[in-house]
Amino acid sequence: MEKKKLVELKNIVKEFNGEPVLRSINLDVHDNEFMTLLGPSGCGKTTTLRIIGGFATPDSGDVFFDGVRINDVPPHKRQVNTVFQKYALFPHLNVYENVAFALRLKKTPEREISMRVAEMLELVNLSGFEKRSVNYLSGGQQQRVAIARALISNPRVLLLDEPLGALDLKLRKEMQTELKALQQRTGITFVYVTHDQEEALTMSDTVVVMNGGIIQQIGTPQDIYNEPLNTFVATFIGESNILPGIMHRDFLAEFAGNNFACVDSGFAPMEPVNVVIRPEDISIVEAQEETINGVVRCVTFKGVHYEIIVEACSVDWIIHSTKAPEVGSVVGMTFTPQDIHIMHRYPDDAPAPLETVRKPEESADNP
Amino acid sequence: MNKQVKWAATPYLAWMAIFIIVPLALIAVFAFTTTVTVDADGTILSDEDILAIEEEFADEDGNLPEGILFEKTIFTWANILEVSNYMSTLLNSIWLALIATVICLILAYPVAYYISRLDFSRQKMMLMLVMLPMWMNFLLRTYAWMTLLEKNGLINQFLGLFGIGPLQMINTPGAVVLGMVYNYLPFMIMPLYSVMTKIDDRTIEAAQDLGAGAIRVVTKVVLPLSMPGIASGITMVFVPAVSTFIISRMLGGGTNMLIGDLIDLQFLGNAYNPNLGAAMSIVLMVFILLCMSITNSLDDEDTEGVLM
Repeated sequence: MEKKKLVELKNIVKEFNGEPVLRSINLDVHDNEFMTLLGPSGCGKTTTLRIIGGFATPDSGDVFFDGVRINDVPPHKRQVNTVFQKYALFPHLNVYENVAFALRLKKTPEREISMRVAEMLELVNLSGFEKRSVNYLSGGQQQRVAIARALISNPRVLLLDEPLGALDLKLRKEMQTELKALQQRTGITFVYVTHDQEEALTMSDTVVVMNGGIIQQIGTPQDIYNEPLNTFVATFIGESNILPGIMHRDFLAEFAGNNFACVDSGFAPMEPVNVVIRPEDISIVEAQEETINGVVRCVTFKGVHYEIIVEACSVDWIIHSTKAPEVGSVVGMTFTPQDIHIMHRYPDDAPAPLETVRKPEESADNP
Repeated sequence: MNKQVKWAATPYLAWMAIFIIVPLALIAVFAFTTTVTVDADGTILSDEDILAIEEEFADEDGNLPEGILFEKTIFTWANILEVSNYMSTLLNSIWLALIATVICLILAYPVAYYISRLDFSRQKMMLMLVMLPMWMNFLLRTYAWMTLLEKNGLINQFLGLFGIGPLQMINTPGAVVLGMVYNYLPFMIMPLYSVMTKIDDRTIEAAQDLGAGAIRVVTKVVLPLSMPGIASGITMVFVPAVSTFIISRMLGGGTNMLIGDLIDLQFLGNAYNPNLGAAMSIVLMVFILLCMSITNSLDDEDTEGVLM
């Protein structure tokens, strides 16, 4: 069953001082979805969020909420709440009053306010902090207050603008899990902005990869990681070996001086393509005739794995492995047909054509 | 504390001791003393006593021989008590200064908020325009208002074209308040601006996001966060306004005397009486301190919740 569209962005264009920030953004946010806008700084992800929140107006294009055009609806009249980057808590109010802010504006009876605030603080594990000044809370605690404050009026959509950016790594991981659980428990649609690809892959139902004000790819975390549509996505999401190649026919690709069986189809015969192989999909074996053989140039310890650079076919291959070969030794590399991902080749930096960006619904269901 | 810092601060600390603390003590001494005439035994003589002695001992030229009358300085509350005769002037000064301060606040607040939300280069230009009159001599600025407000001044001439007036504008309390507002307005705008410019745009957006329209963004967020600026703005306008004498003399025409004018008269005018002048200064200072403690309670963290 197709989910209900809650927010729709149609052909959104936005410029700042003549610089295009968003070039024709088309995006549907579905009910109960955890969507992440992912991209490097300046890619337009925060501007997209601000347009949904009402803090920025598009130069052209339309924003729909639940089927109603809301371009001209001011932020305080939208059923959308925001968790701001650096939280933007009210420094003159304590935790209780910060969380109660939205209800106080609605002149809610005091009894209901105290009930709802207690409920929200429990939701974010901050019970007992009511009387504290927000200025003396840790980053993680301020973060929780900001979330409780934004959730108290039961928004249809919660916008989160790099909410974990200021936290240390360990706390960030904990909050990722908590946010995901919170989203599932409350059933509220989350639109989450981040430049951290791991965060995006961990939490999201749908990842929207953006660059240069253009959506590069929309898909499940698995789609985005395993089937990147273009070089930008392949390099931005994790590390990749990208090799030029030729697609002889369906299921047969030529690259690195050899022909390989693969699982991709639908390319023109002899179409020049880019081939993506993830570093962790390559296995290092003894050099044999049927393997790609090369010389180990460099081995770096990365914690969970070693990063190994092997020079073969005059290309540097990046390989992730838990075992480290000797530098200078000759090794062989193997991978299976499933590990080979074929992309159409587009001119440098150009995004994939828009119609290919979002995969058809039926294929999104079987990652 | 760092030793070098202490040394570097020494010149001003010395300055403070010599030119602030000592003069203040001297004013207190003047305020609480008076000079009386005593006889050789140290008994204070009344005016009649002195007349009697003069009649008895004076020679043909009216000069008294040495060693009969002496001058002595004694402690007294009389000066302070005498100030109460001028209470109406003191209250009038406070009243006019209060009106001027309120007008400054009402005029300055929206402007300061507006400037604080402009982009940086525009902010700098607007601030320069606000400060521009301050670079002109104070007396000159006030003279300019005299020529504007006079019976045959520019404003009355202009109104005359429409058959209105001439209106009595100069030498009224209104003119004094106008002079105060004009001269001290920048001192209200600057502290307000400097506090407001520190309010993050995101904090304001957060209020909008949570359902606050333009008015409630101001009352619920901007106003409480700008309280420190309001407090120091009030101080910076009220204190000089309540003790001014130039503005009231030039625009009030001697009929709208302020406490500053009275003090001025005791030292430099024909009512020469430094003891009374010092007493007036002390009383004024107490009133100002009282007003300031009320203002500063605005800025207290405890009261911020109440203000909401």
